[in-house]
Amino acid sequence: MICSVCKKSEATVHLTQIIENKMQTIDLCESCSKAKGVDDPTGFSLAAILLGLGASQELAKPGASEGIKCSQCGFSLADFKKAGRLGCAECYVTFADALQAPLKSMHKGTRHVGKAPQTQQPILDYSEKLRSLQKKLEQTVAKESFEQAAILRDEINKVKELMGQPKGNP
Amino acid sequence: MTIDAFLSSPADVSRRTGPNDQIVLSSRVRLARNLRGTPFPGWAKKADRTKLSNTIRAAVEGLPSMPGCFAASMDDLNSLDKLILVERHLISREHAAKNGGSGLVLSRSESICVMINEEDHLRMQSLLPGLQIRQAWQAIDELDTLLEKKLDYAFSPELGYLTACPTNVGTGIRVSAMLHLPGLVLAEQVNQIIQAVNKLGLAVRGLYGEGTEALGNIFQVSNQMTLGESENDIVERLIKVLAQLIEHEQNARATLIEKQPKMVLNHIGRSYGILANAHSISSKETMNLLSLMFLGLDLGLFPTLERALVNELFLITQPAHLQKQFSGKLTAEERDVLRANMLRDRLLAVKRPTARFPGAEGPALDKAANP
Repeated sequence: MICSVCKKSEATVHLTQIIENKMQTIDLCESCSKAKGVDDPTGFSLAAILLGLGASQELAKPGASEGIKCSQCGFSLADFKKAGRLGCAECYVTFADALQAPLKSMHKGTRHVGKAPQTQQPILDYSEKLRSLQKKLEQTVAKESFEQAAILRDEINKVKELMGQPKGNP
Repeated sequence: MTIDAFLSSPADVSRRTGPNDQIVLSSRVRLARNLRGTPFPGWAKKADRTKLSNTIRAAVEGLPSMPGCFAASMDDLNSLDKLILVERHLISREHAAKNGGSGLVLSRSESICVMINEEDHLRMQSLLPGLQIRQAWQAIDELDTLLEKKLDYAFSPELGYLTACPTNVGTGIRVSAMLHLPGLVLAEQVNQIIQAVNKLGLAVRGLYGEGTEALGNIFQVSNQMTLGESENDIVERLIKVLAQLIEHEQNARATLIEKQPKMVLNHIGRSYGILANAHSISSKETMNLLSLMFLGLDLGLFPTLERALVNELFLITQPAHLQKQFSGKLTAEERDVLRANMLRDRLLAVKRPTARFPGAEGPALDKAANP
């Protein structure tokens, strides 16, 4: 595995942090982890590293993310920034990362609560199951019982498969 | 049938009443929906939009709850008719600018209106007079439930109903009420109130929605957030805030009558004087003065005046409604003259306001002027 920051050396430090029920992971090489102060376990923030990471990536490749186009409708992130509207329903998947922060700032929550079409009911049941499994996984990871975590991860992937979502990275 | 023949006359519209309609003029609940597989209207090609518009129109028209409805493509309507629909709050200004590839379905009672290919594939609204937010939500919820059986909505378990603008994603609901707040404006408390309402995550806008000014002391209050909160919670929260706003407006009126009766009487008397005697008047001035006539009516200063007449004057003095009554394109100056003629004529039989409030003793004098 290659370091997410320098993208050169082999990553030897693997960080997991849970922020608001969401698990985020980052892989760093030894020198990058020292540079980011990760070897000091007191008070590092994954968010800060990721933010810094995002900024350096954008500097390296200006407008790179803006060039991504929705496979369904051909809409780009640059189009979104110009129009403030998305191209199609699939854009919410294509630009999920870019939308996360704005959605959070403009709404009460980041997850839908309320009415759903009846045809969506089975999928909603799955997503309920998925959420409870993910919560369990976080707790297991926190307790460092990694065998149990692996089993949960397999279960999560199974549910995701049933829902037609891409599998998470192991 | 033409939209012209379909729509109720201004006189009929003006006779509609609802609970608390002295302060809450109307209640509206709007849902935004899109279909899977076709880009949103702003990004879809014209051919796709036309095809989709026809599909949606047929689905809405065929609902058992829409008997005798009016359905049309936007290019079937002329620009004047579209503006009439805007002035009746049935469609948005944005939708009035659309042509082929966009459409409209309006229920027989005119309380339900579906805009097709506005910003989203579907924008359906229920509009009721007075404070009837719950009823409006129920009506549009039912329509939506029937439609979801016929149309494949774009929905994600995580983000809910997917909309062209991320500000509407989730429930896609916009709950709003049109409020007449002359008391708070005269008492110079309205800005304070707007700020307080904004802090609760609600938007306050002018008469015609986004980016419009508060003509005629009319304000529109609506929810802004659509994700992470259920429809019922949003509806109930707005109802709570509306109850408080009604109370604030009533208190402001009571305080004004007690502390500054002359100021209020002066405003209302002058409004009547100008409306009943002007020879040229703009629609903006008309709205602001009619607002004070409404206030006079609410405060009992016009014992013989009927509310429906003021409602009607409010509607028929708006630019498109005025233009509709006269053939040939009118200039703004001509409209101002014709508007004034009409107001003088219709207010001829209305007696001028009484010189004191009902139940008030002795000559009214403002407290500040007579310490």
